[in-house]
Amino acid sequence: MHKIILIIKREYLTRVRKKSFLVMTILGPLLMAAIVIVPVYMATRGNEMKTVAVIDQTGLFYEKFKDTDNIKFHYLLSDIGSAKTNFRKSGDYALLFIPKTEVSIPTNAILYGESNVSINIISYIRNVMTKQVEDMKLEAKLKDLQTDKKNPLNVEDILRSVKTVIDVNTIKITDEGKEEKSYTEISMVLGMFAGILIYFFIFMFGSQVMRGVIEEKTNRIIEVIISSVKPFELMMGKIVGVGMVGLTQFLLWVILTFGIVTVATSTFTGAGIKHHTATQNIMQNAAKYNPDNLTVPDSTTMKKGQNEGVNEVLEALSSVNFPVMIGAFIFFFLFGYLMYGSLFAAIGGAVDSEADTQQFMLPITVPLILSMVMAQFFIQDPSGHIAFWFSVFPLTSPVAMMIRIPFGVPYWEVALSMGMLVLTFLGTTWMAAKIYRTGILMYGKKVSYKELWKWLRY
Amino acid sequence: MDIFSALNISKQFSGHLALDRVNIAIPEGSIFGLLGPNGAGKTTMIRIINQIIAPDEGQLFFNGRKLQPNDIYTIGYLPEERGLYKKMTVGEQAMYLAQLKGLSKQEAHKRLVYWFEKFEMRSWWNKKVEELSKGMQQKVQFLITIIHEPKLLIFDEPFSGFDPINASMLKDEIIAQKDKGATVIFSTHNMASVEELCDHIALINNARVVLDGPVRDIKKAYKTNTFEIAYNNYHGSLETILPSGFIIIKEWNDHELRMANVRIPADDTPNKLISALLPSVVLHSFIELIPSMNDIFIRVVTEKNSEPILQT
Repeated sequence: MHKIILIIKREYLTRVRKKSFLVMTILGPLLMAAIVIVPVYMATRGNEMKTVAVIDQTGLFYEKFKDTDNIKFHYLLSDIGSAKTNFRKSGDYALLFIPKTEVSIPTNAILYGESNVSINIISYIRNVMTKQVEDMKLEAKLKDLQTDKKNPLNVEDILRSVKTVIDVNTIKITDEGKEEKSYTEISMVLGMFAGILIYFFIFMFGSQVMRGVIEEKTNRIIEVIISSVKPFELMMGKIVGVGMVGLTQFLLWVILTFGIVTVATSTFTGAGIKHHTATQNIMQNAAKYNPDNLTVPDSTTMKKGQNEGVNEVLEALSSVNFPVMIGAFIFFFLFGYLMYGSLFAAIGGAVDSEADTQQFMLPITVPLILSMVMAQFFIQDPSGHIAFWFSVFPLTSPVAMMIRIPFGVPYWEVALSMGMLVLTFLGTTWMAAKIYRTGILMYGKKVSYKELWKWLRY
Repeated sequence: MDIFSALNISKQFSGHLALDRVNIAIPEGSIFGLLGPNGAGKTTMIRIINQIIAPDEGQLFFNGRKLQPNDIYTIGYLPEERGLYKKMTVGEQAMYLAQLKGLSKQEAHKRLVYWFEKFEMRSWWNKKVEELSKGMQQKVQFLITIIHEPKLLIFDEPFSGFDPINASMLKDEIIAQKDKGATVIFSTHNMASVEELCDHIALINNARVVLDGPVRDIKKAYKTNTFEIAYNNYHGSLETILPSGFIIIKEWNDHELRMANVRIPADDTPNKLISALLPSVVLHSFIELIPSMNDIFIRVVTEKNSEPILQT
């Protein structure tokens, strides 16, 4: 046990001290921060005026959508069918349709657009609708309370009963007049991003393991080392050491990215971001009805104009459950990496040089690449069959599951996927250890699949 | 006493028999030559001793009891295929490998400083291995092999790639280790170094031990009672003056001297040959022809292919 720690330490330290690690650690967050900051920055520019037509069958939102610096709303009285047919001619950027609901409170809306509608607009619409619906609910609640004075006013209860989630579905109207569901939601961006990141991490650190093994073979140090440690200890030490480098890099990226984003956005908005929260709204409104029973926190008025765009993006981001995302990422990265890492280690052990790895790399890279290629299907139907099977099959699950998680995945599916992954990791490690053990002592021999099969059965 | 012994060791690699019921006994404090042509199974045997691979059959004893995993801490191994991490510094690497051999950090550092001083390598500590010459790297490798003061040292082709100066330094150091009480297993093709260093050998051919025992005894066994004589002042054939049973193998001229190789019957002494010669010739030299290890090696491997001919 003591020796495997020595090995992990060496693998870790030699890599972390490399210049390339430092460069990646700095470039990564810059890139990721750019992904967050650029839309925020674009939002603050707002040079292009977009018009959104509104058909409000409920009549509740009339005049509630206030024009901002870059969004202009106008209300249509026509029916939705003709509005859709005329949409392309109208020159409007998007068409918002709030259908009439049987129960009095509407909770969803459909947003038609020619291309993918920008997140800013979606989240602005959602915010306005949420606020309006919550105000209405609150008003009703407070009226009830006024007529029935006996009940003491409990802010917690009110907040809970008032809380509203509004669905804004976006549908793309194509040139042929067909309709397609489009996905510009933050969950899609995030899912793709996490999927790409995990794909990239598994590849990058998996091949580092492979190169490390090949290095030990070509250096001819391998026999010196395995005369003091077991081949399995050396292999696992290397895999774990490199994996810890990956985790370190990831955590540094997360911390630095949050740092950069915070600094960058606060410079955009000057005095910092004041979140316009539903809670403050409710407090203000509640105070109107019952000023004696309620203490109102200092309400911060939202900065008008530019900052709205910024806040919308940030609010959309804050709706994401980052602890769950990061936790899932770490799990799927770790076990996905461990599984692939052991396979990469086996390849490294079986060959003499990196040039010989091609034939063995193929079966390993195909599932990984396939899970990236299929990404759009997972996004189109995150709970469909394709998405399900890909996120349960261990060789594709790390990427597929990360893409699905922002959309919400049932716990049992996540548990199944995790279980399968851990089991497969144990299986591949056992297999890899056998191939590795034999392969590292072989020199100058072109190894075939048949040969590997023999090694497995020694 | 034998520090290490192997009983009936067999090892098979996918249909190919690498070792076939091999028996080896290595006396404590000896320098033991493990000889054999390429592919005979030497490296497999050495890897089994180092517990890098396990034998299919047979038993291994170390220090009078069964070989145990922890015994690797008392074995030092310099493989034929040896190298170092190119990008690591010499000191760091030596520390790492010494600790893998079970030394504590403090102890490893203390001993390394001593040896670096002794081998005049102090200035290399912070250098990367790739900055060292091949000879320097080999010094580092040797040092790492002996740093944990093993009782059993195994050198697989230790002299390959060494220049004469380093080779001689290495030889002295191997002898010094032996004098300190270590046992040395020494695998090589270089028969000159076997003559010089080994007191015991085992010759492996085609997966079997075909010859083993003390070098002295083996040489004795391979002696043919042949003597080389140099003489002059006699111009006839020696045949006429030799007693019956004495066979002249060859005769030739070497400058002003006449030379001959004569084999005497097993129950006769060289004195009889000398007394037969003295009345007629002026004798210049008289040497018993003892076969070199090189001759024995070639003879055993080529003539009696894989048949055990002598087990002492």
